[in-house]
Amino acid sequence: MYLDPRVTTAVKVLVVGPFGVGKTTYIGSLSEIVPLRTEEEITEASEGYDDLSNMPDKTTTTVAMDFGRRTLNEQLVLYLFGTPGQERFKEMWEELSRGALGALVLVDPDRLDEAFPVLDLVEKFGLTMTIGVNTKDGMPKYDLDEIREALHLPDEIPVVNVDARDQQSSAKALITLVQHLMSTLV
Amino acid sequence: MHDDQETPLELTSELVPLFVIAKGRALPADHEYSRTALVTAQEGMSAAARTLTPEAREVMDLVSDGLLSVAEVAGRTQLPLGIVRILIAHLAEVGLVFVRPPTPRAVSHDRALLQAVVDGLQKTLGA
Ligand SMILES: Nc1nc2c(ncn2[C@@H]2O[C@H](COP(=O)(O)OP(=O)(O)O)[C@@H](O)[C@H]2O)c(=O)[nH]1
Ligand SMILES: [Mg+2]
Repeated sequence: MYLDPRVTTAVKVLVVGPFGVGKTTYIGSLSEIVPLRTEEEITEASEGYDDLSNMPDKTTTTVAMDFGRRTLNEQLVLYLFGTPGQERFKEMWEELSRGALGALVLVDPDRLDEAFPVLDLVEKFGLTMTIGVNTKDGMPKYDLDEIREALHLPDEIPVVNVDARDQQSSAKALITLVQHLMSTLV
Repeated sequence: MHDDQETPLELTSELVPLFVIAKGRALPADHEYSRTALVTAQEGMSAAARTLTPEAREVMDLVSDGLLSVAEVAGRTQLPLGIVRILIAHLAEVGLVFVRPPTPRAVSHDRALLQAVVDGLQKTLGA
């Protein structure tokens, strides 16, 4: 349950994607602890102003987010944060993307249109990304280049198949993301 | 009923940490206690936790036995992340816990560190 007391450095990756794409499953495959969840309040500005107080109308919603942990060596630990991909969560994105290695964007090849708001957020926060195509039945049905084209992705962004239930497949996708980040360093 | 002026404020345990912090103290800067900051109790300080509010004591008890991220403290105590941040900021301020701030981008994007991440993940594949 506790970290190695010698751990000095924690790095993080965001696991993002639309609801139901496999984020929780993916985190569970790689995490060395039973995934945990945080509860936090987000403030959403609704339209218009409250006439009485003349303050912007705001509502708070509690959001639950799951995350996992993997120790990489005695001094280094990785946290994986499942992050919902809607615009209204951008407060959380701000904190989560600070110092992050990048985002693994999970997409369902049968529901590619749902990936666009997520891709917009990843871009907005300047995160390095890799696309993991979660086919869910373990059998890739589509050509990865077709998916890249449908998502309007530039050539340099890696697109890989991933079986979110499988630890090795999940680790490979993450390695691709980190190597991609390394290739962008000057 | 006593006069309001004389009666000490009775606050519910939930309100105490917020009240304490609100008393002229700034809320913690977001990044200092963000979810990947690492927390552990300062040695020999668990006895001092007796005077804390129940929530602060819960956090203190948890980190008395080892090192955890802020996210894990929130996850294990099931307290809201925002409250946990405030509690940890307060505990750090009074010297009960040690907090290692989150890894800055300049460090996490260092090539040698990234290679260590890849190597660590590759061990997973070898298993
Ligand atoms: N067969 C199969 N099912 C999957 C896979 N990934 C996720 N699922 C299932 O899809 C559903 C949604 O997955 P979940 O991880 O909760 O998605 P999230 O909403 O993105 O966190 C769950 O019922 C999972 O069991 C996969 O790789 N293969
Ligand atoms: Mg989920």
